[in-house]
Amino acid sequence: MRDLIVQWLTELTAPFWQSSLSIDQFVTALQETFHMVFFAMLFGGIWGFIQGIVLLVTRPEGILPNRAVYHILNPIVNALRSLPFIILLIAVIPLTKFLVGTSIGTWAAIVPLTIYIGPYMGRLIETSLLEVNEGIVESAQAMGATPLQIIFKFILPESRSSLILNLTTATISLIGATAMAGAVGAGGIGDLAISYGYQRFDTSVVILTVIVLLLLVQIVQTVGEWLAKLR
Amino acid sequence: MIEFKNISKHYQLKGQTIRALDQINLEIPAGSIFGIIGYSGAGKSTLIRLINLLERPNEGQVIINQKDFTALDARSLRQERANIGMIFQHFNLLQTKTVAANIEMPLKLLGVSKVEREKRLNELLEFIDLKHKKDAFPDELSGGQKQRVGIARALANHPKILLCDEATSALDPQTTKSVLALLKKINQEQNITIVMVTHEMDVIETVCDYVAVMEQGKVIETGSTLEIFSQPQHPTTKNFIQTVLQQQLPVNILKNLENQNHNSIYCLQFLGKSAQETVVQAVIKKFDISLNILFANMTEINGTVIGQMFIQLLGNPEIIQQAIEFLEQNGVKVEHSGDQV
Repeated sequence: MRDLIVQWLTELTAPFWQSSLSIDQFVTALQETFHMVFFAMLFGGIWGFIQGIVLLVTRPEGILPNRAVYHILNPIVNALRSLPFIILLIAVIPLTKFLVGTSIGTWAAIVPLTIYIGPYMGRLIETSLLEVNEGIVESAQAMGATPLQIIFKFILPESRSSLILNLTTATISLIGATAMAGAVGAGGIGDLAISYGYQRFDTSVVILTVIVLLLLVQIVQTVGEWLAKLR
Repeated sequence: MIEFKNISKHYQLKGQTIRALDQINLEIPAGSIFGIIGYSGAGKSTLIRLINLLERPNEGQVIINQKDFTALDARSLRQERANIGMIFQHFNLLQTKTVAANIEMPLKLLGVSKVEREKRLNELLEFIDLKHKKDAFPDELSGGQKQRVGIARALANHPKILLCDEATSALDPQTTKSVLALLKKINQEQNITIVMVTHEMDVIETVCDYVAVMEQGKVIETGSTLEIFSQPQHPTTKNFIQTVLQQQLPVNILKNLENQNHNSIYCLQFLGKSAQETVVQAVIKKFDISLNILFANMTEINGTVIGQMFIQLLGNPEIIQQAIEFLEQNGVKVEHSGDQV
């Protein structure tokens, strides 16, 4: 399947694509980007939902107020959020080596990407959940709902649309971050832009990367907005 | 029966202690419609939330059918809450769920089977007359329809008590009327105790059997609606009654009075039987005085008519005196209002 697509694309672009970069390499890079975005979104999403929900319910006016948890977790999230991604990428190398066994490659990049996007998504999710009208929570409590029921049957479904839009924003940030991950040999189309476009002065690669990233972001945003409107 | 015993609630705000509720003692008879009225900030919304403990008192007990709710653990409290329905000013329906899903929600939480949920849903849709809106979303409904859905949701689990927090305050007068009629029907047909918080005296007048008037965290006056309407004691209560039953002569009537003898104005208060009989006509026939009706209003509370009439009496002072005595003998309260106007 992959070979067929590569072959077809190569033939299709042959008349105008003149570069040391082969279409095969390009498709590999695109796959690496998808791979990083997918797994970082998955792990970061799990992190984000847990963080967002915990911060929502433990806040002083939440449904299960807990000063200790809230006041410990909140500054940790802020600390992680304050690190620029490029620094985080290097700072977590020991952890990456411990978890993945190496600090180079796509899987290795997923560790810092997750640590980058997790707390960010957590904040976005928390904001979305906070938007749910207090009255909804009150009506749930009046029905005798348990805290878990309040979260899963009332707050999460009611914030669905806002959650999807915020997750869309997070995905787009993540696509940007994967480009930087190229700096530690993670591959992906960001890496192509740097190693072929910048370092080998191959402008056509830069243009191609920009166009592909642009399309990717447009598609993600459009799909996100469409999903948010569904009910 | 719902009892509040020595309830106090206070909280700190910028170093100051705010007394939201101050030494409240109140009994709400089972099967009644009990109104709690007060201006905003009087503590009435806090008080109604004590019944299902959405708010906790700092002191005192909430006792419902001999059970001390303030002593319940979280689990038992949730079970009890499932038997108390509640409706809200802004309806609080789930925007992402259909009318049917909203109504079924309390049953779903309790793990009621799909077949039984469906059965109850159809009964409720029938009752609120919204069968055709079953699959609509809340944003496709009018305010009155939303509140009907809220009512159906509150009734889903066959509660014994229904709490209404400003349930009609966001509705227009016509819709308010129909929602109040529905609540009255629920009270009468299903013998559900209804507690309602409102700032509108006409809501109390229309449906409540009993009323408590609140001000600054205290219950300043309580009694049957008829008692409160016919003999209000506290100035705040009088102000509320004034909103539905004008107790002062409108200024324009005074201005337009041909005979400027304000000293001859009397206020007659009718209650119950005296309001139905033709006492005024009898006075005119019996005494040789001229009687000028300036302004009158009447209302009916739980089947008893109460009303007021401002009249101007002109003629021989002695005969006027006799006429007044005659009126009083017939159960009409007469006040000389010449001085206050």
